[in-house]
This record gives sequence, structure tokens and C-alpha cells, in this order.
Amino acid sequence: MTNLNPSQNTSRFARFMDSDVLHSFLRSPSAMIAAFITLIFILAALFAPLLAPYNPFDPSQISLWDGKLPPSFAGGDERFFLGTDNQGRDMLSTILYGGRLSIIVGLAAVFLGMLLGVTLGIISGYLGGTFDAVIMRIADVQLTIPGILLAILINGVGRAFLPVDIRDEFAIYVVIIAIGLSDWPQFARITRGATLVEANKEYIASARVIGLPSWLIMMRHLLPNVLRPVLVLATLGLATAIISEATLSFLGQGIPPTTPSLGTLIRVGNEFLFSGLWWITLFPAIALVILVFSVNLFGDWLRDALNPKLR
Amino acid sequence: MSELLKITDLNVEFVARRGTIKAAQDINLTVAPGEVLGLVGESGAGKSTIGNAIVDLLEHPGRVAGGSILFQGEELRGKTEAEMRSIRGDRIGMIFQDPQTALNPLMMIGDQLIETIIKTRGYDQKRAYECAIELLEGVGIDNAKVRLKAYPHQFSGGMRQRVVIALALAGKPELVIADEPTTALDVSIQAQILDLIKQLCEERQLGVIIVTHDIGVIASIATRVAVMYRGKIVETGKVAQILGDPQHEYTKALISAVPRADKKYHRFEAVDYIEGGATRKPIDIATHWLGKSRHQSDDQTPAVLVKNLDLSFTLQNALLKKNRKMLRAVNDVNFDIKQGETFGIVGESGSGKSTIARLIAGLYTPDRGEISIQGQSVLGNQRDANIKMARRKLQMIFQDPYSSLNSRLNVMNIVAEPIRFYKLTSSEAETRQIVGDLLDHVGLGASVANRFPHEFSGGQRQRISIARALATRPQILICDEPTSALDVSIQAQILNLLKDLQEDLGLTMLFISHDLPVIRQTCDRIAVMRSGQICELAETEELFNNPQHEYSQHLLGLMPKLDLLG
Amino acid sequence: MFAFIARRLAQSLLVMAVVSAVAFSLFNFVGDPVNNMVGQDATRERRAEIRLQLGLDDPIPVQYVRFIGNMLQGDFGVSYRIKQPVDQLILERLPATLELVFVSAIISLVVGIVAGVYTGIHRNSWISRSILSSSLIGVSLPTFIIGIALIYIFAVHLRWLPSSGRAGTIDFGWWKTSLLSLEGWRSILLPAITLSLFQLTMILRLVRAEMMEVMQTDFIKFARARGLSERAINYGHALRNTLVPVITIIGLNIGGLIAFSVITETVFQWPGTGLMFIQAVDFVDVPIMSAYLVFVAILFVVINLVVDLLYAAVDPRIRIGNG
Repeated sequence: MTNLNPSQNTSRFARFMDSDVLHSFLRSPSAMIAAFITLIFILAALFAPLLAPYNPFDPSQISLWDGKLPPSFAGGDERFFLGTDNQGRDMLSTILYGGRLSIIVGLAAVFLGMLLGVTLGIISGYLGGTFDAVIMRIADVQLTIPGILLAILINGVGRAFLPVDIRDEFAIYVVIIAIGLSDWPQFARITRGATLVEANKEYIASARVIGLPSWLIMMRHLLPNVLRPVLVLATLGLATAIISEATLSFLGQGIPPTTPSLGTLIRVGNEFLFSGLWWITLFPAIALVILVFSVNLFGDWLRDALNPKLR
Repeated sequence: MSELLKITDLNVEFVARRGTIKAAQDINLTVAPGEVLGLVGESGAGKSTIGNAIVDLLEHPGRVAGGSILFQGEELRGKTEAEMRSIRGDRIGMIFQDPQTALNPLMMIGDQLIETIIKTRGYDQKRAYECAIELLEGVGIDNAKVRLKAYPHQFSGGMRQRVVIALALAGKPELVIADEPTTALDVSIQAQILDLIKQLCEERQLGVIIVTHDIGVIASIATRVAVMYRGKIVETGKVAQILGDPQHEYTKALISAVPRADKKYHRFEAVDYIEGGATRKPIDIATHWLGKSRHQSDDQTPAVLVKNLDLSFTLQNALLKKNRKMLRAVNDVNFDIKQGETFGIVGESGSGKSTIARLIAGLYTPDRGEISIQGQSVLGNQRDANIKMARRKLQMIFQDPYSSLNSRLNVMNIVAEPIRFYKLTSSEAETRQIVGDLLDHVGLGASVANRFPHEFSGGQRQRISIARALATRPQILICDEPTSALDVSIQAQILNLLKDLQEDLGLTMLFISHDLPVIRQTCDRIAVMRSGQICELAETEELFNNPQHEYSQHLLGLMPKLDLLG
Repeated sequence: MFAFIARRLAQSLLVMAVVSAVAFSLFNFVGDPVNNMVGQDATRERRAEIRLQLGLDDPIPVQYVRFIGNMLQGDFGVSYRIKQPVDQLILERLPATLELVFVSAIISLVVGIVAGVYTGIHRNSWISRSILSSSLIGVSLPTFIIGIALIYIFAVHLRWLPSSGRAGTIDFGWWKTSLLSLEGWRSILLPAITLSLFQLTMILRLVRAEMMEVMQTDFIKFARARGLSERAINYGHALRNTLVPVITIIGLNIGGLIAFSVITETVFQWPGTGLMFIQAVDFVDVPIMSAYLVFVAILFVVINLVVDLLYAAVDPRIRIGNG
């Protein structure tokens, strides 16, 4: 099926330019700032190797002699703007690399949860029957347990099943799977709810009368129409996933200190907090909070903007 | 006659992003005690806005921009919220459209009544309780003492509307504003509620403003009527005079578009005042792609044959079969539709008429029985090539034009979808050409192909639906309440279009509706349904002139009397 | 109503079956249970003896049934690391966790519901606006960062409160409480605030959203049209309809607190079950891990059952049905 022609594209673009969502975005300074900061973080994560003054994973660039130096503006060495950690790694560089890891894990986990949840949700909602009953019972039960606890439990069990020597190597995948598995039911439930509403609408009945097969109805008609709430959930879910990863790492159950994420950095720094090395904890913590806050702020705005009832 | 309410030069506007919308402009109205003023107009005419403006309950961002509202000689504009609160309920009562949502679901209706009585009349608890019983009895609810302790969900829709009316009357108001009070109800309940309002109005010398889109309601209850069009009152006067001898062009168009139950026309006239520009460019069917599917075979095989059809829905599931609550939506239904005829099914909500349409269209599978399309049975394995072929000959048009189009696709992709799916053309260019022709044919014009559904009005969307239904070159068209979500004037246009198409293409039609006059204007034969069964099946003229079954007689008796129309 | 409860019970049993299966497979497939018990260098005979003792040579289903049987008697085996019976260890640490959750629940429910109702009613006051903005910050602050910040400010910098541990406990033999002494309250304050903060903001936002949803309904509009006072509308009609979903929120809240107690206990080295679990994961102490899994599952099943019953008690549409 070819449905690409220039006039349609301009029309779609015009639709976007004229949409209430864009209008609301341009009139909400907090949404714009949030989107801007989130974008900066994502770009910084993408280009961390180019932006970072040092490579914290290259032993030749690290010297224990440079360890525990305070930030340059607080009496430290001017080579290290945000100071160094206990092993002499430049904090600014480690935060850039750590943020990169946090965002990658967050995105991957949300994507996994979304893929699983949306697929199961649409099939459940549209086909119903036993499949629906089973999937939704599982989701119901899982939803009563908070995601972070599940992530901790799944992660713990997952680690236990891995032999000790490869545990660190595969830690990142275990974390992604643990977080992704812990939030698919939210996606499934919201998708199923939207699917039930949409499936009762007459354009679906009409597609069935035309004789389109179920898979085509789900892909072409249902999917685009249920994505709005999923989009909101995915944005807010990204914030939660980043927190979850940081929490797991902070608990020492996540990303190992050899390739630290923001959570791992805070964990390491926390051990030196009492001895006055505040910068090792403070800067990663600030980076984490700003990142999560701007994603949340953007998600919050998106939810209100896409919900016509609240306007 | 002294005036209860006098509105002069009222203006209401809604400040929106794309500019200010003038919802009501220069409105002048009066209501006298004991008088029912009908405020009639189509959707978007601004009729509800006036009711809300009187009691100062306009929804954000609406505001009164000018004019005066005199109630018993007292200016309501500029009153504080506290002053208005003592007027609402106390002196002006409101009745809303949907009784399902107007009552607090967690509060016994007695408590809701007593609370309102204490607030408006200042009675003590005991007196308020007695008064509540009196009120409930007054609106025709039996066993009022017991019913006071019931929650809203324990009442039926009609009974709930009676409770809503009792609540509106709790403060002994002098003026009652009823906003579409019967729209959510079935015809037979509708008549009862209108009678109740009329009776209360006479007994208590109330002034009543009834806001409605339904000329039938106006004809049966109002003393005077004001016709609204795009925020303005175009005509005011006695009901008999306005309906019998309308002066304004819009009123004339509106009234001529009302389907008549007492006589049959070929087409509706003079309906283009409202949504003009729908110029149809019919295509030459004899040579066109669309005409190639026209049925050539013998006319003896029925287009649709339905035999012993049964379908039950599970209302409440349970492990044991005897505990399951089942609803027999369709109960042993038999009929056949001849080639080229329009077959009507009429009944109240829950009668099973739409279920039959959906069964025939393959959206539901029957528990028992037989359905065949042009002699081919269509039950059984849906992948069977013969069944698929037979099903393609049948298409359906739905009730709600706002949900029957996928809002993510443009008109081209919506209409072209069946053509592309079945590869009915040899090239994409041909597909586009045909979609353009179809859009011309239904009176939209090929130029709309790149636009999206939200850019169209309800009537235009229904035309898109019709174009999509025609795209598989069907011979049978099922129309499930195709006009019940539309304004009367648009309804007339769509009914005219369906009639034209049927003549051009020789379509067979199954027409489902709750609206007897519409059925009379469109159908050749009619089946009257109740509780899943056909009570009577007759030729249209025979049914309307000489109904045999008790229920048909009952239904026909409930039709609004439109004798006032010329 | 009866069928509703029966269905919920069946569902709960299913959950327990699944969780116990996971717990069981942890036991059997993670590492070698015999090595874990007696170390690498035990003799062959000793190993065989232990295998026999543990019944490791029996078919898997038999082992599973025995596992369930032991579990029902509260027997989860002996911790690999601490070498003590797991049920004893859990019972010892349970009061610490429950007290922490209890104090946090009170804080988050009281403050959350009051602030939620306030912001729901006074939608546009500047107090509401600032409460809402700070609530978004609250949602964005990971629990462990709140904990670290509070420790840094109140323990390291101001030296007002202890930074970790559970002091001033009074022992009743079967329950050690920290709620009966000043020292106990001083030590529970920071962890409880840390734990409650996130839940508090969640409750606030949910209550507010629910309140605003209710305010949009037709029956509120109709109540206005009857001239009822704002007070009667807000507290008589809207609040009551808001509180039905709030009951679910209480259930979610307690669940959330139990979840986040794992983190809070780690930050504050609070000697509860959560901290024990994290330490067990570090050392792959399987008996404690699987016991904790089962323990958490039981807690959640109970919470959900109670919530369902409460729900039915409040909403006449469920309680009475159609008349």
C-alpha cells in the first residue's frame, strides 16, 4: 500500500503546526524548559566521548595522585572543574558517561516494557477471550506490587541465577530486563483500556465489515489511535525507569563501579560523605534530579495537553 | 399577562484560542407564568447557552457580554455568586439531559432531596422528610417512603428523570429550565416525562423553558416557541403559528426537513439553507467502475434471507449455568429482503434491531439460525472464498459519524482502503481516480481527499462513510440509524442522498431506526421489533394506516402529533 | 459479593503458588545447596549424607511439595551466611520494618489527603500552585537522595538526629519497639520522613486529580443548579465521591511504603527485613531471599484483599447491586 504523496505530507505537517498540542507547548515555558533540558541531556549522553574532558575508562588518563580533589571553584585543581573521585577520575567526565548510561538503560527498559505491554494490551483488548483474561489477571496481580520492589526482586533473582564471574558483565542487561518486566502491566492496562474504547467505535466495525483481517485492523487502525496515552505513560515511565536504575545501582545491585552510572557514582560518593568529600555525591545527585525532574515536567505537561477534558 | 422572565439583547460569547465565538447574539425572550416556551434549534445554535446564562452557570470560557435578564422584575446580571445561589433552586429550577449522571451515585435520593429542601425552604429535618415524600409522589413515583432510601442506580432511566424533576422542584421555583429533558429517553418514556412537565406547569403556574432540537417535543408541549439559528433567534411566536406558517427561510427549511409520519414524500424539499455547497456530481453509472458490479442475476433470490435467528448475550457470568443471566437479544427472527427494496426495522432501544444489523454484517455470530446473502449462506468458516465473496456484496453505514471514521487517516486513505485491500483496480492512479469519483458522487467533491475527518461536519462525515461503503461495489447496504446523530436538516439531506444512490445503483437496503417518521419516508416494508422478536411485518402504508399488532398501535400512538405543520 | 471475594481468594492462591515456585527454583537452581551448607571441602560421604537429609535426590515435584509443606509451617531453612533459622531472623526484624512503615503511612496519608483535598478545592490559590510545583519535585527525587540529603543536613551538619541505626528500643520479648522512647523517636524520624515523602506526593496528586474529575461531573453541576452552597458541594458531594478511589490509594500507599522501605532501610542502616534482603542478595543467601519473596507476596495479597472488602463496603453500587 503506497500512501506517500507530497500533498499529504504537507497536510500532516500543517496539521501538526496548527495543533492544539504545539500551541499549548509554545505557551508553556515550563514545558519548553523541560524539553530543552531533556534534549541537552540526551545530546550530552550521545556525544559524551566528544564532550568529556577525559575518558574515565582509560587507565592511562587516570592517576590515583589526582584522587579526591575538590572542584576547581572550591580550591581544587583547575584541570578538574567538578573535582575528582576517590580513584582520581574527573567528576565532570564520569557524570557525562554516567548520565549516558542512565539514559540508555532508562530508554531501553521503557522500550522493552512498552513493546511488551502495548502488544499484549492491544491483542487482549481486541481479541478478548481467554488470552485477555489470563494476561490481565497477571497484569492485575503484578500491578498491586510497586514497580521498584519488583525490579529489585527480579534483579536480585536474575543476578542470583548468573554465575559470579559474569555477573558484572551482564548486570546492565539484567537491570534493563528487571525494570522493563516490572512496568509492562501499566502499558498493557492503559493500552487495553484505550483499545476497548476504540474497538467499540464504528470505524473498527466498518473495517471488519469491509473484511480486513484482525492483524491489519490492529496495526493500521487500533495502534495509531491508542498511542496517545501510551506516549504520556512512556514519558513519565522514563523518569521512573531512570530512578529505578539509579536506585538499583545505589543499592549495589545494578551497574558495577567499573562503568559507573549516576546511581553507582552516588553510592560510591556516599561512602565519602562523612569524610567531607561532598562533591563526589552532590554533583551526580544534582544531575540525576535535574534529569528526572525535567522528564517528569515534560510528561506532566504532555498528559494535560493530550487530555482535552482538563483544558 | 405579567412577565416572569424578560431577556433583552442578551449576548453570550466564548473566548477561544481562534477568536471569540458569539454563542448567543441579541436574544430577546419573555416567559409568562404557566407558559411553556420552547427554544428550538439544531446543534451549535446556542440554545443551551441561554439556559446556562440565565442562572449564571456558563462553562469556562463563556461569559455574558451584554444585555439584561429580568426575573420577576429583578435584574439577574451583576448579582454576586451568593445572591445567585439563593435564586438557583429556590426560584429557578434546572433539569438536565442525562438522568444517568445528574444524581450523586453515592447518596440516597432521599438525602439529596432533603438536603435541597432544607437549603431552599429552610425546613427542619422532619418537615423536609415529609416534603420529600410529597415531592416524589408528585412526580409519579410510587411507594415514595421506601424509594427515598434507594440509590440512583436502583432506578430506571425514566424514573431517575422523575427524581431529577422532583429535585428541580424542591425549592418551589417559579421558573424551570429544562435542557433536552427527554433526549436520553425512549419514545414511550419521553411522552410520560413531557406529560409530567406539562401537568406540573399547569398545576403550579410555573414558567417553563424547554430547550430541544426536536420539533416533535415542541409540538406536543410548548405554548410558544423561539427558533434559534447560529446564536440568533430568527422567529418567535405561538407554536401553531410558527409550525403552521413559518416566515423565516430557516424555519421553513427546518420544518420541511422534519420527517412526517402522516404522509409520504418522494424526497425532502428545501433543505439546502443550512449546509449548502453539497453539489452532487453524479457519475454515469452505466459505464463507470462503480456500476460494473450491478446485479444481473434473476430477481427471485432474496438479497438477504434470515431464518430462525437467535442470539443471547451474557449479562452476568457465573460458574453454574443456571446462575448465568442471559439476555435474548434476538429471538427466533425470520425475514427476507427482496432485491432492490428498502427494508426497515423499527423498535425502541434494546429491541434487538441493531443486533440484527450486526449479525447480518458478520460483526456478531448467531447462536442459531441461518443468514444468506443472495442465496449464499454466510455462516461457518469465514475464510471460505464463497463466503468472503458474498460478504463483500454487503456494506454498512453506522450511526455515529464522529466515531465511524479513523481520525488518523485522511479521506483518500479511508475511502481507498477497501479498494486497495481487495485490489479492485489495476493501479494506484486508478484507485485515486475512483476515490475522487466516489467523493463527487456523494456530494463532497474530489478535492477533499487530502483532508482529515476532524475538518468535516457530522453530515459530511456521514457522506464519507457512504463513499467508503460504496468502494467495495456493494449491492446491499445496511444503514444502522444513519441519521439519528444528525440534525434534522442534515438528516433530510442524507436521506435524500441514500434515495438517489439506491435509484442510481439499484441497491438493496436494510434500514434500522427508532424513528417512525424516518422509517415511513424511507422504507418499502417494515418489521416492528420488541424484546428481540418481530411483532409485525407489513408494507409501509399498510402498517401506518392499519397497524395490526398491539405494540405497533402503541408505538404509532406515541408519535408526536405534527398536525400543526401545514 | 460472595463470588467476588471467592474469585479474589482464588487469585491470591494462584499468586502464592507462582511466588513459591520462584522461591523454590531459587533454592534448587542457584549454586549448589550442599556447597552452600557445608563448604567446598566436605567429604564425599558427608555430601551424600546432606543430600539425603535435604531430600535432594527426590523427584522435583516431591521436593516442591515438601518445600510448600515446610513453608506453611514457617520453615524456610537456615541462612547460608548467618547460620540461623530464617523464620527467626525475619520475625526479629519485622517490628523494625512495620513500625517504620506505620509511622510513614500516617505521615503520608494525613498530609497527602489534606493537601490533596485542599489543592482540589482551591485550584487556583497560590498555596495550591506552590504545593503542586513542589510535589512534582517530590516525585522526581529518588528516595535514596532524600535520605542522603536529610542525613547530611540533620545528622552530619546540624548533628540534631542520629544518621543511622535503630536506637532506644524497648523489648517486650516478642516485639522490640522504638515508639516508646525519645531516643527511639529520634532515630525513626529521619527514615520515616524519607520513606513517606514520595508516597505523600503521589497521594496528594491522586487525590487532587480525583477531586477535579468529580468536580467535572453532571451531578455536581446539577447540585450547583439547585443552589447548594459551595461547602455542601465540596464536602458533601465531591469529597465523598473522591474518597472511594482513595481507599485503593491507601492500599497502594502501604504497598509502596513496603517497597521503598528496602531502600530507606539500606540508606539508614535500619535493621529491618528490607536491609536483610539486600544483604542476602549481595551474598546470594538463598533461604533469606526466597523467604522474603514469599513474605512480601503474603503482605500484598492481604493488603489487596482488605482493600477490596473496604471498597465494597463504601460503594453502594457494589454493595447493593441493582434493585
